[in-house]
Amino acid sequence: MYSEKVMDHFQNPRNVGEIENASGVGTVGNAKCGDIMRMFLDIDEDGVIREAKFKTFGCGAAVATSSMATELVKGKTIQEALQITNRAVMEALDGLPPVKVHCSLLAEEAIHAALWDYAEKNHIQIEGLEKPKADISEGEEEEY
Amino acid sequence: MIYLDNAATTRTAPEVVEAMLPYFSEQYGNPSSIYGLGAQSKKAVTAAREKIAAALGAKPEEIYFTAGGSESDNWALKTAAEAYAGKGKHIITTGIEHHAILHTCEYLEKKGYEITYLGVDKEGLVDLEELEKAIRPDTILISVMFANNEIGTIEPIGKIGEIAKARGILFHTDAVQAFGQVPVNVDEMHIDMLSASGHKLNGPKGVGFLYIRTGVKIRSFVHGGAQERSRRAGTENVPGIVGLGAAVERAVSTMEERAGKESALRDYLIGRVEKEIPYCWLNGSRIRRLPNNANFSFLYIEGESMLIMLDMKGICASSGSACTSGSLDPSHVLLAIGLKHEEAHGSLRLTLSEETTKEEIDTVVEELKAIVQRLRDMSPLYADFLKAGK
Repeated sequence: MYSEKVMDHFQNPRNVGEIENASGVGTVGNAKCGDIMRMFLDIDEDGVIREAKFKTFGCGAAVATSSMATELVKGKTIQEALQITNRAVMEALDGLPPVKVHCSLLAEEAIHAALWDYAEKNHIQIEGLEKPKADISEGEEEEY
Repeated sequence: MIYLDNAATTRTAPEVVEAMLPYFSEQYGNPSSIYGLGAQSKKAVTAAREKIAAALGAKPEEIYFTAGGSESDNWALKTAAEAYAGKGKHIITTGIEHHAILHTCEYLEKKGYEITYLGVDKEGLVDLEELEKAIRPDTILISVMFANNEIGTIEPIGKIGEIAKARGILFHTDAVQAFGQVPVNVDEMHIDMLSASGHKLNGPKGVGFLYIRTGVKIRSFVHGGAQERSRRAGTENVPGIVGLGAAVERAVSTMEERAGKESALRDYLIGRVEKEIPYCWLNGSRIRRLPNNANFSFLYIEGESMLIMLDMKGICASSGSACTSGSLDPSHVLLAIGLKHEEAHGSLRLTLSEETTKEEIDTVVEELKAIVQRLRDMSPLYADFLKAGK
């Protein structure tokens, strides 16, 4: 059901791990739906993403989209990273089954969440960046 | 390949295939035809019916062949609801039934029937007191599965049958997972209708049966010719029926031996997993359990990822995660026994067969240990858990 690219990124995920003292960390999704992505970004003084890492709880597509998203943001400026859509992540993976499209949305959202955290930490505003929707704590509040 | 998904389907036994083969080729007669060729097919169908009836303690004329478990469930519920509508429109079932029952009940709700879905305890067992309380004067049918397909819990079918009989209510059981694995007797257990399927007991796919006790005024499901006492029209699936008969005969004669072997290996599997993999547990009952079923929840990881990684190692298994159900919700069975969503997402079902070996179980446990650790190393939930513990 998955493309070879998806299987490759699932079997050999790129950039798994955490960045200590990351410039920005974003967590999206919730355990209730079965997907949580946490993205760590290291952003230099020029606003270029030097390093990206992730940890993900989820299905094969969730892991693969996280992996691909970290690959896509590396070396990009913040504004360039903001342009990375779920469609771009999907295309880079040679497509996803229809039921897994939400995983790519989550990956897009994870980038935004990490950038939002970076902006808050540095008391700046990033043009075109809205507060990310899916937050892990929101999901948990609903459940309990 | 290590096949541990025998609750999904089983390998058709060689002797079953052997029995079926002539009915695909030279024995092609229509059982309804008057000449010799047809009569031979009719004889084969009758022999299969007798074998199945004997296995259930039923009469041959109470066995109706169908295309499988789902058709049998649909037939039992829809036409019983219709036939007994004069008495009432209330049906009692459970929240852990197969979708063939649950979605049929949803359909009946739209048709004006009222359905009570009984809850289950943390082992998946129906509460008999709750059942008694749910019964109303207009209750026409109780349908409770014999054994659950996901967690393997065996329901107190005999006791439910007694209650139904005492209150004069029709009792149906979906025995798709249980028949051929554990003893079933329709008289001792007061079962009025029972659904079963061929491919779960080393028989062919696309064939099953519905047992209907004599006197139950259930109606035709498929209208047409006079096949199956005019209740299920259509030329019989002769090879399938012959295969089903052979599979049932085989399953019944080897049941004790298989159950002993499978449950010993299953307990060995459960023991190793519980001992060697942290933050996991067994779902379902330890005692009232199908001999071949093991179902675990592994915290902090998701089932589909586990399945893909197991598949890459040549191991076939299944999970109750949302990603394997085709919806956003994980298994309704695991939620019904009180699991949180994330605990249900991380479930793994392993169902053994008589062919499963100890070496295979050892391989699976070793691979599983590595896979669970690998996925946990990737999981933000596990990272949070470790941090919280520090």
